[in-house]
Formats: sequence, structure tokens, C-alpha cells
Amino acid sequence: MDGATPLDDDSWTVAGRTFHSRLIVGTGKYKDYALNAAAAEAAGAEIVTVALRRVNLSDPSQPMLVDHVRPDRFTYLPNTAGCFTGEDAVRTLRLAREAGGWDLVKLEVLSDTKTLYPDMEETLRALKMLVAEGFKVMVYCSDDPVYARKLEDAGAVAIMPLGALIGSGLGIQNRLNIHLIVDQARVPVLVDAGVGTASDATVAMELGCDGVLMNTAIAEARDPIRMARAMKHAVIAGREAFLAGRMPRRMYADASSPLSGLI
Amino acid sequence: MTLESKERGAVRLTVNGEIHAFDSVRDVAELVALLGLDSRKVAVELNLAIVPRSSYALTPVADGDRVEIVHFIGGG
Repeated sequence: MDGATPLDDDSWTVAGRTFHSRLIVGTGKYKDYALNAAAAEAAGAEIVTVALRRVNLSDPSQPMLVDHVRPDRFTYLPNTAGCFTGEDAVRTLRLAREAGGWDLVKLEVLSDTKTLYPDMEETLRALKMLVAEGFKVMVYCSDDPVYARKLEDAGAVAIMPLGALIGSGLGIQNRLNIHLIVDQARVPVLVDAGVGTASDATVAMELGCDGVLMNTAIAEARDPIRMARAMKHAVIAGREAFLAGRMPRRMYADASSPLSGLI
Repeated sequence: MTLESKERGAVRLTVNGEIHAFDSVRDVAELVALLGLDSRKVAVELNLAIVPRSSYALTPVADGDRVEIVHFIGGG
């Protein structure tokens, strides 16, 4: 009897939907959709992000995402990647809602192609437009705690600050800001973007995030399946460490073996 | 777009940014089928308005219409 909560019960809820996996994976950059599906399975993911694009009319028989990463197995989270204005984002997600029939979406409105840094003024404007249309919006954002609060006040169902630039793999650059955002938020907070390797995901979870969203760290690993598995364990490890409560940091040593009774 | 082709009943639609000519196409359901697409896997926008999947057969298309047909692909 140790009083610990079994990890199986450690679920999280966004917009009324409950999930057990705290790792959301992207579906871009993979060699093919079969590898993509296998990686998502290995990651233990329940949610995958997807993009919306024109169908290829010259070859309607090309492989389709829905035939491999099946929507009956994974919850699709349509994104607005590539959108630079609120109007683009709203138009894209209206189509996504029709394509998939759900209203849980990921908003990202970017500023420029070099940094893909979120344009927060435009993101906030787009969020208000989407909320008015009944969407449940998880929002990719900068790690600015003030904007995070504004997004929450405007109805975001989850706050998703970057750890570092999309696809950079540089890890969490501003732990303090992520912690401030987690500390003030009443909706789930997920680090989205910047994770490069397993320890980065663990750090995000140790900071108290509800989850982590990643794509490139798995897709561009030499062995994506193995990295997906590593990320699954990393997220669980970080979550467990957060729940366990870490020891205090000390300036000097504190012996683990008793100093009394020495021969 | 010539008067002659109109008289022949040709329907010219801008689909995903490119002009496609059809001898005859009455509605969105027929268009999706003519393009060889599975209507369960796409979403359609006609002149910037969403067409609900349940309305494909009830939504006429006409010469000059602009159509976007999209689907989910991999993304982060």
C-alpha cells in the first residue's frame, strides 16, 4: 500500500474529451504513411495532427492518410499549418470540420516562413473567429504568459506554447515561461514544437505540462519507431516525476549513507 | 470561354485552381465521381462556401464555378 495513483488512471481532458496518452504526434515528414502509422502506434498516441490540402486530381489513386493512420484508431486534430491570416485559418478549419466531422482543432497562424514563429496578434483574432463558429480550439502560441492568458480568456481549450521553433529540435528554450504558463492556466498546456529528443519531452512534463506535441523529433530520427517508443517513455517518466514531486535543490552535498556508526 | 462551347453544353469549372472542362456535370456528387474521388474522404467548397457531404447531390454546379476539393494529409 503505497498510496500512489496507478498511472492508468492518469488521464487528461480537453474540450470534454478524455485521453490517456499525453503524447500527441504529427503525421508529416515520414517516408510513407505506413511508417507514420507504425510510429504513431509505437508512441502510444491517441491524437494525431493532420493537415488539409487540395487533392491531387491528376492521380486520385495516390495513398491517402485516412487509409493508413485510420481515423477510427486515432483522433484527428486538424491544423492550420501554412496559414498566415485569421481568414485562411477559418476557411481551412471549416473544410476540415466538413472532411472529418469534428470541431476539435489546432490553430496556428504563422508570421514568416523562416521562423514559423506564431503571429500572436493574428492568432488571437483567428481564435475569436473560430470560437464564434463553435470550434474547440487548441492554440499553438509563443511562450509569452500574457498572450497565453489572453488566449485562455478568449476561449482556447488548450494552450500550446513552443519549446523552440518548429522543426528545430532545440529543446525547451525558456523553462521559466513554460512554468509560468502552466502555473496560471486553467486549461491544458502542451508544449508544441521544439522537442528534439526524449529528455526534452521529459522536461516539458516535469514542468507540469499536460502533454507534448511533436512531429520532427520522431519523423527525422534515424529509427522513427524506436524514437516514438522513447518519447512514449519520456513523457510517462516526466509526468511521473512531476506527480512524485522532485527533491529540493541544494547547493552542497547531503550524504545518502549515514555518517554515524562508521568504523 | 466561348459562346460556342456554352452552346455545346460544355461546363468549365475551376477545380483546385485549374480549369477543367466537362461535357456535362450537374451537381457536386457527379463532379466528385467524374474526378475519380471517394466522396467520403474529401471536403468540398463551392465558390468559397462549404458544401455539406449530405448535400452533394443537391448542390448544382454551373459553368464558371470555382471549386476546392481537399482532404487530410500528413502534417504537424
